[in-house]
Amino acid sequence: MTNRNDFISRERFMAELMRYRKGSVTRRHFLGVTGLGAATAVLGSAMPGLRNAAWAQGNIGDRVVLATWPNYHDPANFEAFAAATGAAVDMNVFGSNEEMLAKLQAGGSGWDVFVPTNYTITTYVSEDLIEPLDLSRIPNYDPAAFNERFAGPGTVDGKVYAVSKNWGTTGFAVNTSQLGDKPQPTTWKEFWDLTQAEFTGRTMVHDYQLTTIGNALKYYGYSFNSIDPAELADAEKLLMAAKPHLFAISSDYQPSMRSGDAWMTICWTGDGKQMNRDVPEIAYVLGKEGGELWSDFFAIPKGAPHMDAAYAFINFLLDPAVNAKESLFHGYPTADKRVDALMPPEVLNDPILYPAAELLDALEFGAAVTLTDPNRAELMARFKSA
Amino acid sequence: MTPRLRTTLLLAPAAIWLLAMLVLPLVVVLVFSFGERAAAGGYSAAVTLENFANLGARWTAFQNTLVLAPVGTALCLLIAYPLAYYLAVRCDPKWRTLLLILVIVPFWTSILIRSYAWIYLLGGQGIPKLVSLLGLGSPRLINTPFAVLTGIVYGYLPLMVFPIFVSLERLDKRLLEASADLGSPPWRSFLQVTLPLSMPGVATGCMLVFILLMGEFLIPAILGGGKVFFVGNALVDLFLQSRNWPFGAAVAVALVLIMLVTVTLYMRFTRRWAGGRDDVSLM
Repeated sequence: MTNRNDFISRERFMAELMRYRKGSVTRRHFLGVTGLGAATAVLGSAMPGLRNAAWAQGNIGDRVVLATWPNYHDPANFEAFAAATGAAVDMNVFGSNEEMLAKLQAGGSGWDVFVPTNYTITTYVSEDLIEPLDLSRIPNYDPAAFNERFAGPGTVDGKVYAVSKNWGTTGFAVNTSQLGDKPQPTTWKEFWDLTQAEFTGRTMVHDYQLTTIGNALKYYGYSFNSIDPAELADAEKLLMAAKPHLFAISSDYQPSMRSGDAWMTICWTGDGKQMNRDVPEIAYVLGKEGGELWSDFFAIPKGAPHMDAAYAFINFLLDPAVNAKESLFHGYPTADKRVDALMPPEVLNDPILYPAAELLDALEFGAAVTLTDPNRAELMARFKSA
Repeated sequence: MTPRLRTTLLLAPAAIWLLAMLVLPLVVVLVFSFGERAAAGGYSAAVTLENFANLGARWTAFQNTLVLAPVGTALCLLIAYPLAYYLAVRCDPKWRTLLLILVIVPFWTSILIRSYAWIYLLGGQGIPKLVSLLGLGSPRLINTPFAVLTGIVYGYLPLMVFPIFVSLERLDKRLLEASADLGSPPWRSFLQVTLPLSMPGVATGCMLVFILLMGEFLIPAILGGGKVFFVGNALVDLFLQSRNWPFGAAVAVALVLIMLVTVTLYMRFTRRWAGGRDDVSLM
């Protein structure tokens, strides 16, 4: 019999987590051996955020509908939330902020919580699609604990519309075993040059205007967010020249990188971390010229059908203990120093998750204008159809 | 209840359904196509022909679709006809049902999942690896027009097999005996009796596959690696990414018009081809 009081080490927990994710063990085994199953049962009273709150009595409804990104939540946390509140999490996964915005613009999304990226929030506010947050209903959100650089974009005109979830970078991943005697590339210039030479037919770029056009702009040293027609024309020239050399235009690059079909790809932090962990020769590089720094948020769309559940869910996930588990699961850092305090030192010292300051300073947040600029959208369409 | 009332009542569900799910959305699309993109994307009311004037910006997508849809249909036909012929005419009737079920079985799984399977089959660790182990070079298959065509033929084959099978199965065998009695060798009986009589099935199958292929977006996106761009992909991007709904609506209207024209021409030709028979129709 398992001794329920057994202490499970962090290493053992992560090892069990990996086994569970690979499908080597069942969820039941995982919950049992890590104590999470038992934790789930007592969570309602053990979690400070859940205790004494009216909705913990089970009157927040039976569901909360979440619109989010792929591989971005620990299912065990959803189970714990459902066990504590009676509200099951109904998750919808999206591929781009544009798609999320399109669904909300079309109306009737039925979402309670969604996960917009920094540069979209002003557009949601001006389109009246997002609910200003009543922070008194999110006691786990302590503004003082959050890094202002990442949490700041959630506030528009002095009103808080969104609270910080995670942050990360957009760099590129390269399979160093394919480089031969060439040194590991460190710039976007090398990324695009290598694509059109030794790596022909082996590079992937995102099916996403912001990062693909943005990092083509970086080849010339322009701003990642440029909407200047002359600069976009240069980026288009580069993209068109590179197109015949590309393996694919897709944001689902992990399978091709892991199988060895693709050798290099534009890549987000968490994907870079996950690939590097399993295939050490896949390195994650931040282009020296810069590129994207982003932060994601929790927000509530206007007209959310389960408003109480939405607040309860956001508050639950912002509990530092829960948030730390989320972060360990998906590999994206949080902006919350209370969470950092719970993270193992090897995570905090990981150069993929927490890049050196000089690399970080070169990065730019995406700008709201790129989301709605018709010229960037048309450029992307020409690039894809060429 | 008068027969007239009965007919009206029986047709009412279909009529209401078509009105609400086909006619009204088409009207919305038509109205949108004359509108303007709102500043943050979406639709803002206007009356302009600008969206139609800009259609040239998606010419490559139309071109790809207008090449790959007919080629895909033709490949499906070339592969499906012998298969349908075998199933309907040659194979032992006791195996026929089983073989027909085997043709349908793939439909029980989502096309999305089956297309993902092709990613691995056509990827570097799949067929190309086998080919290179045999010392025949290392071909690049995935994310090429060839991969898209493979996926198309694989996905749409049953839609071609069944109509042809039905028309061949209904074929009056006495006509073939008569043809043989009159001294015709088998190949000639096939060309002059079997083939013309199976034309309704061929026409139906081609129509089904062609119409669906014109709107295809999933297979090019998955097996073309986002590099093979159909009108369907242009539409997805216009509605979900750049959120230029009026322009997307105009592209959709253009696609519908192109389909109407090609399908009408096609019907006219197949009718002539089938020797002026009147029963060459969609079904």
